[in-house]
Amino acid sequence: MEIPYTVTARPDTGLWNAKIGIWLFLASEVMLFGGLFSAYIFLRLDAEPGYWPHGLLNVPVGTFNTAILIASSVTVVLAWAALKMRQFARYKIYMGITILCGVIFLVVKLGYEWPQKYVHFGAYIKSSALEKYEPLLGNKHLLAEGLPPRVEITGHLHNHEALHDPKIKEYEIALDPVYTDPTNPKMDRPHFLYVPPTEKIGVVQKADVERATMFLPTHNTYFATYFTITGLHGLHVLAGVLVFTYFWLPVGSKLYRENPEHLANRVEVAGLFWHFVDLVWIFVFPLFYLL
Amino acid sequence: MSLKAFHIILITFSTLLAFGLGIWCLWVNSMEATASYTLGAVGSFAAAVALIIYGCWFWRKMKRLRLI
Repeated sequence: MEIPYTVTARPDTGLWNAKIGIWLFLASEVMLFGGLFSAYIFLRLDAEPGYWPHGLLNVPVGTFNTAILIASSVTVVLAWAALKMRQFARYKIYMGITILCGVIFLVVKLGYEWPQKYVHFGAYIKSSALEKYEPLLGNKHLLAEGLPPRVEITGHLHNHEALHDPKIKEYEIALDPVYTDPTNPKMDRPHFLYVPPTEKIGVVQKADVERATMFLPTHNTYFATYFTITGLHGLHVLAGVLVFTYFWLPVGSKLYRENPEHLANRVEVAGLFWHFVDLVWIFVFPLFYLL
Repeated sequence: MSLKAFHIILITFSTLLAFGLGIWCLWVNSMEATASYTLGAVGSFAAAVALIIYGCWFWRKMKRLRLI
């Protein structure tokens, strides 16, 4: 039995099956990401002063990834247009570039951005011990400036065994620059360009720490939302890359020989999904990286 | 909605983002006065203009090919 309206549009709706299907799916995706974005906004608005970090993400890298995704949207449309014009060789080139862009995005995200977080460490200081770490935190200066206090000391953990060994009573942290010169007005805001930790080691007693972990989803609300939203988005990018690769392989060539319009419709539907994924990133980027 | 229409929407949002990034770079530059941010602002505004030009080109091409 042949399934109707896979290639030609249904006369009364003007749509073919897959197009209705993808828009219903995208509607559910809007609700999924909409819920996550709402959660992020409310968690951020309700965060106590000093508990919502800023400037931890690498803006140039995020900008690069944004440009890559926008470029891939252009190439996927060009691939679809090439199919409509029956230029299969051109379609293969544009689709190949789209797949490459998706892979580059994932490599940057999973191979560079996320691992950079895993090696970073942060210790939240108990409110009763904040005074003791005043030389590192500079809260008196911040208070005078009317700025929120610092409650966390971050950097690269020097003695990793301290994480698991209860006999070790302190964390040795190669400090982030802000803690080496906390009363310098230039340190009142985070550096927007990534600056690596310094050589200076700060010692934090475990007894003075409220909680301390590497920058993992469990570290704080900010990282929980960051890894959830960017992770889910990354999964969508991976799904898009897999679908495009399927159309790029001989399966696509075979379908093109049998019915080129059918392949064009499939690429259009996958392209709609890809555009949605890119649109989500256009909201993720300013929300996490800039604001 | 077709892929062409969705593409125009995406390019519109991308253009707004590029303008926003440029303004953000200028804002940070006003506080930090770092050359890299001036460069970032120039690059972002240039990207925004390029996206507008591309959007117009895309619209005309799709019309010419009768895909819109």
